[in-house]
Amino acid sequence: MMIETLIAVALIGALVTFVAPNRIAGKLAFLISLVPAGLSLWMFATFDGRGNALLEGDLAFESRLEWIQLGAYDISWFVGLDGISMPLVVLTTILVTLAIVSSWTPIDDRESQFYGLVLFIEANLIGVFAALDFFVWFIFWEAVLIPMYLLIGIWGGPRRKYAAIKFFVYTNVASLVMFGAVIALVFGLGDAVTSFALPEITAAMLDGGPDGFFGVAGPTLASAVFVATFVGFAVKVPVVPFHTWLPDAHVEAPTPASVLLAGVLLKMGTYALLRFNFTMFPTEIVEPFVVPIAVVAVISVIYGAMLALAQTDLKRIVAYSSVSSMGYVILGLIAYTHFGVGGATFQMVSHGLISGLMFMAVGVIYNATHTRMVTDMSGMADRMPIAVGIFVAGSFGYMGLPLMSGFAAEYFIFFGSFGADFPYAPVFTALAMFGIVVVAGYLLYAMQRAIFGPYSLETDYEVSRAPLHDVAPMFVLLGLIIVLGVAPELIFEMIHDAVDPIVDGGEL
Amino acid sequence: MAFVELPEWAALAPVLILAGTALALFVFDSVNPHSTNRAVLAGTSAVGSLAALGVAVWFTAAGVGAPGMDGFGVIELFDGQIVVDQMALFFIIVVTVVTALVVVASYDYMEGHAYQAEYYSLVMLAATGMATMATANSLVTIFIALELASLPSYALVAILKDNRGSVEAGLKYFLLGALSSAIFVYGISLVYGATGFLQLDAIAAELEALAAGDGGDFGGLLGLGILMLIGGFAFKTASVPFHFWAPEAYEGAPAPISAFLSSASKAAGFVIAFRVFTTAFPVDVTGQLIGVDWTLAFVILAVVTMTVGNFAAATQENVKRMLAYSSIGHAGYVLIGLAGLGAGSELVMGAAMMHLLVYGFMNTGAFLFVGLAEHWGVGRTFEDYNGLSRQAPIACAALAVFMFSLAGVPPFGGFWSKYFLFTGALEAGLLVVAVALVVNSALSLYYYARLVKAVWIEDPIVERDGLTQPTGLYAAIVVAAVMTVVLLPGFGPIADAALEAAAVVIA
Repeated sequence: MMIETLIAVALIGALVTFVAPNRIAGKLAFLISLVPAGLSLWMFATFDGRGNALLEGDLAFESRLEWIQLGAYDISWFVGLDGISMPLVVLTTILVTLAIVSSWTPIDDRESQFYGLVLFIEANLIGVFAALDFFVWFIFWEAVLIPMYLLIGIWGGPRRKYAAIKFFVYTNVASLVMFGAVIALVFGLGDAVTSFALPEITAAMLDGGPDGFFGVAGPTLASAVFVATFVGFAVKVPVVPFHTWLPDAHVEAPTPASVLLAGVLLKMGTYALLRFNFTMFPTEIVEPFVVPIAVVAVISVIYGAMLALAQTDLKRIVAYSSVSSMGYVILGLIAYTHFGVGGATFQMVSHGLISGLMFMAVGVIYNATHTRMVTDMSGMADRMPIAVGIFVAGSFGYMGLPLMSGFAAEYFIFFGSFGADFPYAPVFTALAMFGIVVVAGYLLYAMQRAIFGPYSLETDYEVSRAPLHDVAPMFVLLGLIIVLGVAPELIFEMIHDAVDPIVDGGEL
Repeated sequence: MAFVELPEWAALAPVLILAGTALALFVFDSVNPHSTNRAVLAGTSAVGSLAALGVAVWFTAAGVGAPGMDGFGVIELFDGQIVVDQMALFFIIVVTVVTALVVVASYDYMEGHAYQAEYYSLVMLAATGMATMATANSLVTIFIALELASLPSYALVAILKDNRGSVEAGLKYFLLGALSSAIFVYGISLVYGATGFLQLDAIAAELEALAAGDGGDFGGLLGLGILMLIGGFAFKTASVPFHFWAPEAYEGAPAPISAFLSSASKAAGFVIAFRVFTTAFPVDVTGQLIGVDWTLAFVILAVVTMTVGNFAAATQENVKRMLAYSSIGHAGYVLIGLAGLGAGSELVMGAAMMHLLVYGFMNTGAFLFVGLAEHWGVGRTFEDYNGLSRQAPIACAALAVFMFSLAGVPPFGGFWSKYFLFTGALEAGLLVVAVALVVNSALSLYYYARLVKAVWIEDPIVERDGLTQPTGLYAAIVVAAVMTVVLLPGFGPIADAALEAAAVVIA
């Protein structure tokens, strides 16, 4: 009942916060969010799952309850965690707590509704990572959209309406495509499945695959579904060329929403890719798509980084760099090796922490300067040494400085993908590695212009240091980044354990 | 159990309670004319409809109307003119739920109105008629019940006597209603001419005998009769091609009455369609006699209705009109239940029943929100609704729930019922209808989200002070929203009840 408790606390907390007075909403939401954060850490400490949730592994905190009987299929409330989802749940709960604290300064309008929506998102994000029945998963997946749409639309920047609707339309259409594809797949599997439980669908897929559906032959159907789900999730990730909603959403979103968007929502896409496309489908279906996907991944890495290089808005720089980092995740997934897939999962957590940190730092600088333009400011280190120091540290994390989690993640991925079996794997890896150079380029360039050098900023007030509650969450994140960089095995062991059955089951 | 010793007509208890409440209100009105005691009037109506709801739920839970239960079984009264089965109880639940929400909301909406007692007793009478429609099992009882539901509705639409829109809407509704009643009665007479029976089971038996024999010479007559009956249903359910009255009537009527008509009256229209076309006109036999499969008519009607409703809704500037067209679109979704009957599976019709129940909450809630806005005195267009969430976050959160649920987006009840319709259509082999359902749902998100965007995201175009929080309207809206959400996790029992009920009727 642990997962249910997490979700219930967040949901009830969301309702309570929604009707609470604005004055206390921020503190109240923070206190409420400590409960899931603490509980999930305790779950992490007592985690006893083995293997992969979809491949007959032993689940931790499993619960299964009959829900609805639909024709020949059972739909059940089926949740549980394995080594892939456990770290992501912890990432979610911690980031939500920190995002709430980081909103205390910038959010000064309709606070109770804001914090209520944040807690509502938290409940659904936990649900996405814990759900093991397709319908339960899909309901949580979709339920994330509405509150995020409102967060961007109500509290966002000048072009918030456009950004919110773009975010909503892109991701909702993608969900619809993916939903239709999975339903067609389950119907196509015929009598081989009697429920929408993901492990059962996976077993049926690996054991013969679909027979066909409305006249479409089985293997064709499987390939079509693979493409449709990949596209559906690629929008969420996002992968070039489906990335255009991301910079708009990020730039307009209020800081805490950006933190959650980059930190957790993007991981929904990569997590779903790992669960569906790269676990559920047998090797012979995936094989023809490996090289195209690798191309897309490398393009995302390089193109995303190039776009970041061309930006002058700090938030846009960080936003585009997410596109680039997510490219690494795809490359790791497609490698189908222990380190590739494991590293990709590790990168999901690592990037969640680092991008969360970066968006917070940009937010803190913006709170003081009211501009995010690199060209407008110079020598910020002079006035806000601590906040800027953290920004610099986060940037080095992004560049993959050893002893920070970014290094471990990227090292695993490159190690895994270099040795992968698909054609030209070393070439793709080498090209992707070039992305790191560009990352270092745009981050150093931005820092040099905005942070170092003589202080200059046109304001009619004195820029002062950030308050403690703005800086504290960043210190926590930085601490976690360093801990995971020094001792990646803290989570990599459980990730590895859950990834093994995928790779063993489908060696490419 | 003591229940078994009750007389058989006790099975009609929900209908009788509704009728009794209506009469009690009349008595109150004659003893105490022109009473403006809203608490007593609305309270009595609410208690009456909730009591009827409670009894109907209890009957369903106890297994009344379920075949095979000892002592209960499907209860036929008056030589099969009235039947109490699970489907009847299911629709009585839908009707009473909507009635209860509407009368509670009317407590505030009709404040200061001259004809309080008349209003509530007409609502209860119409509800009685709709509940009777759910139990009617003969073309005569169906017609009488239909008129009992319709006549009070005409008066209710026009009850704002000083409001031109309301009176005009009432007149239009009445004229078109009278026309469709005439068509319906003509259809009944043709069916009677072809078969010689009015009771639904007897019609089916006669048709089977005819099909087994020489087939008779009345195939064309029967076909024409069925077509006219379909016309009558199409009017009552606001389906194409008899949907023209709906936007006018819903827009002009007081908002609670729009909610009542678009939810309860539509459901009642569908229950007679379900019963007539499953009991009286078995697909294969009728098809053999008239040479055409009548489900084809419903396939076309379903696709056209949902498409017309959605496209028209997308172009509206007036919120109430948008909801009216969306209500037409939803009639199209429910028509899938009739379109899929050819496959002989209960899934598709059960799904249509589930959708009507969920719709009873989400659509009623949406119209009641419009009622709340009218109560506040904000205007009628999307723009007028801009920024309402600043003053009324709870009501606007409820509105967001209704809108997303109407669009079929998780995590709300509307997602399940639409998904069941989708699966049902696929199982019945209606790929085209299933695709139309998905495409229309995706499109509908556009105009539903537009309303959410208006109240939540847009900045208000006029300065507003604080808005009042009328108890009745708020209570009804919040209850409807909570139920729309609760129906997501709690969909299992609903689905089971609907599928069982459909299975009995189809078998």
